[in-house]
Amino acid sequence: MNAHYELPLEDAGYSFGFLDEYAKKEVRRCILKAIAIPGYQTPYASREMPMGRGFGTGGLQLTLSLIGADDTLKVIDQGSDDSVNAVNLRQFVQLTCPGVEVTEKTQEATLIQSRHRIPEKALTEQQILVLQVPYPDALVVVEPSEARRKVMHGEADYSRLLVKLYEDVVRFDEITISHRYPTRINGHYVIDPSPIPRWDVPRLHQSPALVLLGAGREKKIYAVPPYTLAEPLVFDDIAFRVEDFRDAYGQRIACRCCGSTVSFLEELIDDAGRVSHQCSDSAYCEEQQETIRAGKQA
Amino acid sequence: MSNKILSVRGLSRIHGEQCPLCISSTGPEHDTNICPHCGSVVAAHDVSFDLYRGEILGIIGESGSGKSSTVKMLYFDDMPTAGNATFYDADARHDMFALNAAQQRSMRNKRFGMVYQNPHLGLNFQISAGGNIAERLLMSDLKHYGEIRTRAGDLLARTEVARQRMDQNPKTFSGGMQQRVQIAKALATQPPLLFLDEVTTGLDLSVQAAILDLILEIQHELGTAMIVVTHDLGVIRLLAGRTLVMKHGRVIESGLTDQILEDPQHAYTQRLVASAL
Repeated sequence: MNAHYELPLEDAGYSFGFLDEYAKKEVRRCILKAIAIPGYQTPYASREMPMGRGFGTGGLQLTLSLIGADDTLKVIDQGSDDSVNAVNLRQFVQLTCPGVEVTEKTQEATLIQSRHRIPEKALTEQQILVLQVPYPDALVVVEPSEARRKVMHGEADYSRLLVKLYEDVVRFDEITISHRYPTRINGHYVIDPSPIPRWDVPRLHQSPALVLLGAGREKKIYAVPPYTLAEPLVFDDIAFRVEDFRDAYGQRIACRCCGSTVSFLEELIDDAGRVSHQCSDSAYCEEQQETIRAGKQA
Repeated sequence: MSNKILSVRGLSRIHGEQCPLCISSTGPEHDTNICPHCGSVVAAHDVSFDLYRGEILGIIGESGSGKSSTVKMLYFDDMPTAGNATFYDADARHDMFALNAAQQRSMRNKRFGMVYQNPHLGLNFQISAGGNIAERLLMSDLKHYGEIRTRAGDLLARTEVARQRMDQNPKTFSGGMQQRVQIAKALATQPPLLFLDEVTTGLDLSVQAAILDLILEIQHELGTAMIVVTHDLGVIRLLAGRTLVMKHGRVIESGLTDQILEDPQHAYTQRLVASAL
């Protein structure tokens, strides 16, 4: 979005946060319902936003209906604060919510809107994490009819998802789902935790921060309330595994910038075909680098 | 009766808008199951019978006589418009059509088994044969991968499907083998009651014989009660101790299979038995 473009506030009478108060109220009601029924996909009237569906409109509507003038917002896209989607959404919020602070530091934010990652730094009770969701229903891979999926959710009938895992283990000796790992919330509903990597799934479990998931195109809001069970679907004798960042010698690969060996890494291949790894969470990586620099100076 | 497993009373299924004349103007004596007044189809009306543990009950009749409709209702594939059925489980009795959807699903997954004529209805052809059996085991809350593998392998071995083919797609199997996988799937939870809907139709004679042998063996070994739906008198003669004869949605004759085949009372049954010879 053009940073110099000003919304015609006088003419159109846009309220704080772009959405009108009724729209925000409706979204907030749905949020309350989603929190009250952990993991349940609450339908809501997803509004038209001045950007295409699929560009984070679900997450944005959550953010806009939650944000107040005293909030500090962080927006990330695939772990990075600087990618196009994150920058556009942040600028839109700055434009429509006067007085709202924005930050890149995870610990400073009260509200974090994210696409496909949960920040490396542990979240606190004071924070809310909003995740953008393309496909809210974990059952969509095994059942095309939404009416039947609703019945399956209601009866907590997830055996067909487990059959999919069974087939994976038979064919590949391990579960091959890399992201959108079906996760059972509070022992009943299974959610699609949005395309976060497996690495992030354990961080939903008993999270001190409220996690809200919004699907704009599919018009659904669901939540992982604070301190709630979030268990990835697995077999009794096959444990859930996160991504393994070890090289051929069994050594944990370190980030090329900050040297961290405990973060989720992205694989980069340069023009010469050389492979290197870098933290996916850019704010975390920079903070690590700063700590190192400060240590050198001292 | 302690030995009873299923008791069906007045089971009816009418498709379409019903009128008060539906019942009186359809049936074998009117030679139709379509109501001439409102056009409703009386798929089954007033079907009543009892089934005992380890017994095989045959239902025979021509196409559209309501035999499959009856079994579908008992397996919760379809809901009846009237009538009730009581399932006597180990220590409890369940009014089947008064249960809620989740209870019905659980009963269907854990206590009943169904083998369809067409393997496409009973099997998922997107996944392996073992996966099909795993599906039923997972539905009954067994979530241990190793145990699922062992049980699925044992079941396939029991139904004479080579263990090596367990991880292959049933698409690549012959018709007889697909039927065996279906039987293995139906037996996965060791249900006390099994429904067999035209299981041998469309298979060649030697394969038919082998499948029927398998069904009898299972009945002897596990004492599974079965309802066998067929239009093949040979199947009825071999498997069923008692038989219902259906026509145009009504049961027109019922009794011991030998009696029905040797001394049919109803004109239609007489014709049926005569035509088979």
